[in-house]
Amino acid sequence: MIENVIIFVLAALLGTEVLTKVPQTLHTPLMSGANAISGITLVGAVIAAGMSDAWWAQALGFGALVVATINVVGGFLVTDRMLRMFGRKRSASASDSSSS
Amino acid sequence: MTPSIELAYLLSAVLFVLGLKRMQTPPTARSGNALASLGMFTAVVATLFVHDVLSWPLLLAGVLTGGAIGTVLAVRTPMTSMPELVAVFNGFGGAASAFVASAEIAQYLQGSRLVDASTYSPTLAVVIGVSLLVGMITFTGSLVAFGKLQGLLSGNPITFPGVAFVTGLLLLAGVVGIVLMALGAPELTTDPDITLYAGIGIAASAALVGLFLVFPIGGADMPVVVALLNSYSGLAAAATGFILDNTALIVSGTLVGAAGFMLTMQMCEAMNRSLANVMLGGFGGDGATSSALDIPEGKSVQETSPQDLAILATYAERVIIVPGYGLAVAQAQHAVRELADRLQSKGVDVRYAIHPVAGRMPGHMNVLLAEADVPYEQLFEMDEINSAFSSTDVALVIGANDVVNPAAREASGSPIAGMPILDVDDAETVVVIKRSLSPGYSGVPNSLFYQDNTRMLFADAKEAVSETTEAVKGL
Repeated sequence: MIENVIIFVLAALLGTEVLTKVPQTLHTPLMSGANAISGITLVGAVIAAGMSDAWWAQALGFGALVVATINVVGGFLVTDRMLRMFGRKRSASASDSSSS
Repeated sequence: MTPSIELAYLLSAVLFVLGLKRMQTPPTARSGNALASLGMFTAVVATLFVHDVLSWPLLLAGVLTGGAIGTVLAVRTPMTSMPELVAVFNGFGGAASAFVASAEIAQYLQGSRLVDASTYSPTLAVVIGVSLLVGMITFTGSLVAFGKLQGLLSGNPITFPGVAFVTGLLLLAGVVGIVLMALGAPELTTDPDITLYAGIGIAASAALVGLFLVFPIGGADMPVVVALLNSYSGLAAAATGFILDNTALIVSGTLVGAAGFMLTMQMCEAMNRSLANVMLGGFGGDGATSSALDIPEGKSVQETSPQDLAILATYAERVIIVPGYGLAVAQAQHAVRELADRLQSKGVDVRYAIHPVAGRMPGHMNVLLAEADVPYEQLFEMDEINSAFSSTDVALVIGANDVVNPAAREASGSPIAGMPILDVDDAETVVVIKRSLSPGYSGVPNSLFYQDNTRMLFADAKEAVSETTEAVKGL
């Protein structure tokens, strides 16, 4: 337990250090990317749903598995979708914009 | 756990850190996201070797269902709805942690072969309880945030006298539940009911805490709430890591917790309000309540038209565009980019000034403008550009209100006093595109609208900008 507390404190310091430098422009992708990472609970879901012989644990684990996978897959994909927009060179034509 | 699995988890934690580090600049950010997803893949594959997989069909069904739903949400959701999507994903993260914590209780109560009942300790009970508590708060809080962002719930604060007190009591009930679980830990095998009912009690009270925590918070404070719930979803994952004694979960959950908390504090700073002030809520509304075009006595408004704006902007040297939530509502980002293109082709220097809390989540405006292909080099943060307004010919305010309200500098009694604002009134001419004179979300009338150098263009943002573009073409 105490090792885990040490890891927790060091990770918090590391996270603050790495993340304070993220510019405002990237705050939304940072949030959705970080959110995808928090879907790491998927690991716990895999253990509960796939490796247990207690059916209540399997059922609850299955629920965890579905929502955690949504979080992971959806989170990484949508972050990539946003970052693709930030990275691309703008096209010369402005014709795709909407006019009403 | 064998050392090779531990090392795989370490590798995935390292990939998460490196991935987040690459999020610091737009050119490297995409590869950072790819690194982080590689880290996730590593962690999941390693997990398959922790124990024997008993039920492959269940695993595959869960992953395929979740993967399909996640893909559809990620691909189909329009960029204007990103705040809603991020809120929903936060909620799912919290729900996953609550589910895993519940499943862990179930393992012990049903005597699963995965666990050894003699290792169930009060410490473990506390960790499970905390994971359940934080996970459920994140889940229901995010649902309310989603409802408010989506317009299913009123953007106005939904509150009643003593709401903070009730929330405090409910939170206390959750803590009592955790204590009961810890006390019941030694008697798990002889008297499992304490653990079961304490767990249900924690989940129920935490669900209500999440609701009452976000109900009283108004629409424009959502950037803070979304960032805070993001932080909670990370802490919930870290708590799950303590349950499973898993380094990958603790490290990555904590990183996310730190990221969310840092953003939360930056948002509060940008409004000159404490986190407590935001969370206790009851601040402002959507600003749509006051009557549309009432001009206060002794003040006058100068109106302008798209044609006049076109002339003004085309013959300007420097134009700064200030977008706000109204731009997102009107989905005017493409129209704005087109106007900027036209002006630039006429030799006008066009830049964008983005206030940290413009929109409904951190970085909201940046994402919208990126979608419309505005290069990020043209987007400037408040501190970078504020000194430039005095040498700017036209400041074009589109759907922003409180973040350009000079009352924040002057009136010390006003709710927005001391909030850092964009100094648009330093520009030679300010043009405000807005439907009415109604005050912003803070409810504070905007004195900018009545200044001598301000011109009001009463219209829908998208229509007004498109008409201006047409007029610029003709010049």
